[in-house]
Amino acid sequence: MTTTATGHVAAEARPEAAEVADGSKLAWAARDTAALVKRNLLHYTRVPQLLVFTFVQPIMFVLLFRYVFGGTIQIPNVAYVDYLMPGIFGQIVVFGATSTAIGLAEDMGSGIIERFRSLPMVRLSVLAGRTGADFVRNTGVVVVMLIVGVAVGFRPKGGAIAIAAACLLVLAFAFALSWIMALVGLKVANAEAAQAVAFPMLFPLTFASAAFVPVNSMPGWLQVFAAHQPVTVVVNAARGLMLGPEVAADLERYGVFNTSTTGYVLQSVAWIVAILAVFVPLAVRQFNRS
Amino acid sequence: MSGSTAPAIELAGVTKRFGDVQALAGVDLQVEPGTVYGLLGPNGAGKTTAVRVLTTIIRPDAGRAEVLGLDVTTHPERVRASIGLAGQYAAVDEQLTGRENLRLVGQLCHQPRAEVVRRADELLERFSLTDAGDRPLKTFSGGMRRRLDLAASLVHRPPVLFLVEPTTGLDPRSRQDLWDLIRELVADGTTLLLTTQYLEEADQLADRIAVIDHGAVIADGTAAELKAQMGATVLEVAFADVATAHSALETVAGVAPGAEVDGIAVRAPVDDGARRAMDVLRALDGAGIDVAGLTIREPSLDDVFLKLTGRRAEEDLDPDAPAVADPRPTADVAAQGGSR
Repeated sequence: MTTTATGHVAAEARPEAAEVADGSKLAWAARDTAALVKRNLLHYTRVPQLLVFTFVQPIMFVLLFRYVFGGTIQIPNVAYVDYLMPGIFGQIVVFGATSTAIGLAEDMGSGIIERFRSLPMVRLSVLAGRTGADFVRNTGVVVVMLIVGVAVGFRPKGGAIAIAAACLLVLAFAFALSWIMALVGLKVANAEAAQAVAFPMLFPLTFASAAFVPVNSMPGWLQVFAAHQPVTVVVNAARGLMLGPEVAADLERYGVFNTSTTGYVLQSVAWIVAILAVFVPLAVRQFNRS
Repeated sequence: MSGSTAPAIELAGVTKRFGDVQALAGVDLQVEPGTVYGLLGPNGAGKTTAVRVLTTIIRPDAGRAEVLGLDVTTHPERVRASIGLAGQYAAVDEQLTGRENLRLVGQLCHQPRAEVVRRADELLERFSLTDAGDRPLKTFSGGMRRRLDLAASLVHRPPVLFLVEPTTGLDPRSRQDLWDLIRELVADGTTLLLTTQYLEEADQLADRIAVIDHGAVIADGTAAELKAQMGATVLEVAFADVATAHSALETVAGVAPGAEVDGIAVRAPVDDGARRAMDVLRALDGAGIDVAGLTIREPSLDDVFLKLTGRRAEEDLDPDAPAVADPRPTADVAAQGGSR
């Protein structure tokens, strides 16, 4: 091997590529994230199965619980459809979170992330682009499900602002879950495995919760888990906000709620912050490592 | 680019280990600016790991890796702005159209919006994909996909290009088309490092070739120099069975030095194929050994390997591996197949 002079041939070849100030790096991160959010959302227009999974499945859950099981579930002083719909929002976003894991695992498997890593983009935009796209999708689904809910008799009395706040809380929770699922997707690196890992985690969270039935109807040992796990907390916060303070007070009086709406909202925010604080760094570390 | 003598790409003593697998065991190589360098070796030899180090996808355990004089570990962002990566496993998005793929790469390279649009159209035209540009990639043929993949690596006009097995799995016609495109690129002054399992491909495209095995360069030189080591042609005599081949070895080697047994065949590098073939047949006839078949051909990667390592390259060669074979960069997968 010959040793040549240490001239730097083309260090100046692309001046715009020089390391940039932090401010413009943030702007680039935003641009890269936006480009990848768009890319990920375009997949929904190209793969009809994704749309089916996203919209049809929650509608089926609404119909199932509203018309099949709903008749046997009695909630004191509240129509079951009113109790049900906030739970449906929780169920949608928990099930939907698997798509973050599946999407990232597919990208890892296809090799497109290798291409992204070789580009002068801000690398972490790959994760932000995925969780961001899932946030946008969840927003769309929540809006559609509100309309579906009204169509099947959902009549929330909390007022527009409280309903919007409830939706935002559910969406923030969904965003936090996305980061847990991002870690899962990066670790398993194929779509089937991502689903296999995610579903057993999410299924008990969804059903052993207050989403479809009151926690105080469950056996005592299960209540210990169901009353305090995050899906129950977030669903009851959304329920209290959407149905209004009078209904919430009734629910608390009959033991369906174990705290006030405010209590649930505060607990929800704590869960969301805690999940993000733990799983964003873990996912980022896994991404940098793999 | 200046006419400096500094290499455009340099690896010096680079090592990389995935678990139990020593993917790179001290690789040294230098690529002069504006030239094509072929990295030749079977699957698992370390070719792709070397490219992944140079493209900043993974960090080397030790050694120095530089692109255009920039260390890949200390200036990864500047390196990325100067390189393009395409080939077997740097994928494009199946669900997006050709145009959307190219625009996405343009955006991620931080080009101005007008340039993003213009450059995508320009590349589609240059790679004869204009008509297909608005169709999702999943409708593309293998050859079209590789062309788009190559186009995607050129969006930001990188002065240094890495191609990983650019034509593996393509039919001969598409392979020839892609070779023509690659030659055009090189004529523009791009420095190219390409990995391949095919000696013919390296011979067609590369100015210099390094043969890599078990994570180290075991030979390097021009295609002519490597072939000179091999002899201009390879003479291969097949026999009824392995035992016969072994018993015929001495006779063949007497006429064609360097002969070796390979399965039921004996093969030898020779300078003058036709004449030597007659000599060999005459000698075998004289020794009373029946010949089942006779071939005279250009040396292949397999021959280079047999010559250099004493074993066949095909032992772990898998040309039919799926186009996106296991690039998954998770630690556990990388441990098994870090250099697919």
